Amino acid sequence: MPGERLADPSARQGRRPKGASMNEIALLIAATLSAGTVLAIAGLGLLINERAGIVNLGAEGMMLVAAIAGYATAVHSGSDVLGFVAGMAAGVVLALFFGLLVIWLNTNQYATGLALSLFGAGFSAFVGISYTQQRLSEREHWAIPGLADLPVLGKALFEHHAMVYLAMALAVALHFLLYRTRAGLVLRAVGESPDSAHALGYPVRRIRLAAVAAGGALCGLAGAYLSIIYTPLWVEGMVAGKGWIALALTTFATWRPARILLGAYLFGGVTMLQFHLQSEGIDISSHWLSMLPYLSTIAVLVLISRNPAWIKANMPASLGKPFKPGH
Amino acid sequence: MTTFATRRTFALAALAAAATLTACSKKEEAPAAAPAASAAAAKPEPLKIAFAYVGPVGDGGWTFAHDNARKALEKEFGDKIVTSFVEKVPEAADAERVFNDMVGQGNKLIFGTTFGYMEPMLKVAAEHKDIKFEHATGYKTADNLRTYDSRTYEGAYLAGVIAGAMTKTNTIGVVGSIPIPEVIRNINSFTLGAQSVNPKIKTKVVWVNEWFDPPKETEAAVALINGGADVLMQNTDSAAVLKTAEEKGKRAFGWDSDMQAYGPKAHLGSAVINWAPYYIKATRDALDGKWATGKSWWGVKEGAIDLVSVADDVPAEIKAKVDQIKAGLKDGSFSIWKGPLVDNTGKEVLAKDTVADDAFLGGIKFFVKGVEGKVPGSK
Repeated sequence: MPGERLADPSARQGRRPKGASMNEIALLIAATLSAGTVLAIAGLGLLINERAGIVNLGAEGMMLVAAIAGYATAVHSGSDVLGFVAGMAAGVVLALFFGLLVIWLNTNQYATGLALSLFGAGFSAFVGISYTQQRLSEREHWAIPGLADLPVLGKALFEHHAMVYLAMALAVALHFLLYRTRAGLVLRAVGESPDSAHALGYPVRRIRLAAVAAGGALCGLAGAYLSIIYTPLWVEGMVAGKGWIALALTTFATWRPARILLGAYLFGGVTMLQFHLQSEGIDISSHWLSMLPYLSTIAVLVLISRNPAWIKANMPASLGKPFKPGH
Repeated sequence: MTTFATRRTFALAALAAAATLTACSKKEEAPAAAPAASAAAAKPEPLKIAFAYVGPVGDGGWTFAHDNARKALEKEFGDKIVTSFVEKVPEAADAERVFNDMVGQGNKLIFGTTFGYMEPMLKVAAEHKDIKFEHATGYKTADNLRTYDSRTYEGAYLAGVIAGAMTKTNTIGVVGSIPIPEVIRNINSFTLGAQSVNPKIKTKVVWVNEWFDPPKETEAAVALINGGADVLMQNTDSAAVLKTAEEKGKRAFGWDSDMQAYGPKAHLGSAVINWAPYYIKATRDALDGKWATGKSWWGVKEGAIDLVSVADDVPAEIKAKVDQIKAGLKDGSFSIWKGPLVDNTGKEVLAKDTVADDAFLGGIKFFVKGVEGKVPGSK
């Protein structure tokens, strides 16, 4: 009964001094950037794949294998950086395998990607059994000296792990690569019209393989970041669908790097916002709040789809289509 | 363009189907004496027992605890039984197929270890009257389906006593999984325990609506910490919350299994479930032909619930209080759910000196005073 709730003493304690709420907003922004980073890195990797015309549905599997490879390496070596490298290497190995199958043997990209995803889930669970109880060495606190002491902003923006800033830098670098360099032009050409690129003498298959490997490396980095820094622990199935969301992000972002970043933070932000709203005891069912990230993603996708020209202008024309030289 | 869109949609749908089919990996552990099996024809056939788990055995929490009990069962009965398990069985229609499979493989005693298997198990049990089914945390029974549960709220209360003494902000937090009476009861008991030593306690709750999703559990824990909670508990199945508390310099508890190793600095204690005593009893019932339907709800008294690995910096008088409560629960002199109790809207839910019965405990859909917010789905 609504009348009763007014009597609830805790409902009235909601008013707090302004400083406290500013601080909470800062913490929310910090949590958003941190939550969006995994999606951003994986999404950017998949963007490279798709710009070259390859859809790799194996993202989830690659991230899982990278998560355990990175975690195991970090546990044994005591070095996070080595863990990231191992995660990237694991991602590259799986991506190369996927690439050989779909680019040289022309297997169906969707089916092969799905197989990779399922393989990754099972394989990571299998090799990871003994790591579920292992723990990493002490974590240090990350902060940018000087800037981190700024009021509100310091906490929100400058107390993050280096990977958070790396994700942002990656988006900028990728934008530059795709739209300002010759290599980017060639990569896009391979995704738009592999036949034309082939006719011009570009090694379409090798370029596609390189793009797939780069995508695998970034998915691997995202997976390793998840298990080494974000959660940080290994349990099987821990990627919990983030690979699929990253795949959706590429469409969401109409294949533009900056929008990947935006989409990742939007998704991460809405996820964190709903948890914060819950912790404030807000009067909305948690079931509705849990839907928010997905609903907002769908809403944006619908808005984007209202303008078909927008998608047409950005979507690689040969996305998902096999290429056979000489046909 | 549209071809691409439909193909990808199709591919995703196919994945969903494939994932549910393959997610249930199956492992069987036969007794070591397999070669001698034919020679031992005179011996009675071993009883085949199957377990369906909701999570992976490597979750370090809920399913891990069940699997430890399964191993204890094998140790106890040796070659008189053969156990097998299927992990990651979704709480959906697919579970029915798994239970039918188990029947088809000749299992005579089948354990389903999560609430969501209730309807599938009822259905399969109705079709196979000669097979005995044991369903954890459910409330519906049949002639060949009985329920068992552990009083996890006793562990939550014991953890609460420590939380109440250790919090500096008087704000404690719980990462809730799914808002069913069991979980709501645990949140309330945790709060009551904390209030028993610190009347100023406020409890914040964040629901993730999953049993097992480490990144989400992490995010929920971060939200609670940002909201001012400095001692956390979780009713989810992984150690992510404890791990997050460790990272952020806060305190937290292990749940279901001993999780000390995941966050030695943050860890205040682990509220553990030991399913072995019940599994041994159930198996003995089946072996002796004494199995009959019913409901079991075991707690500290039966050795099914305990709070272990309590941190060294917990004050001695609090440790003594925890031991005192355990003793009280064992001899029946202490009740956690005793009136007067009011919910967080100020309504009396339990009159003075009334002790809640199991029916009351089984239907809790309110938060006690001190818990912030509303139970999802309540009016």
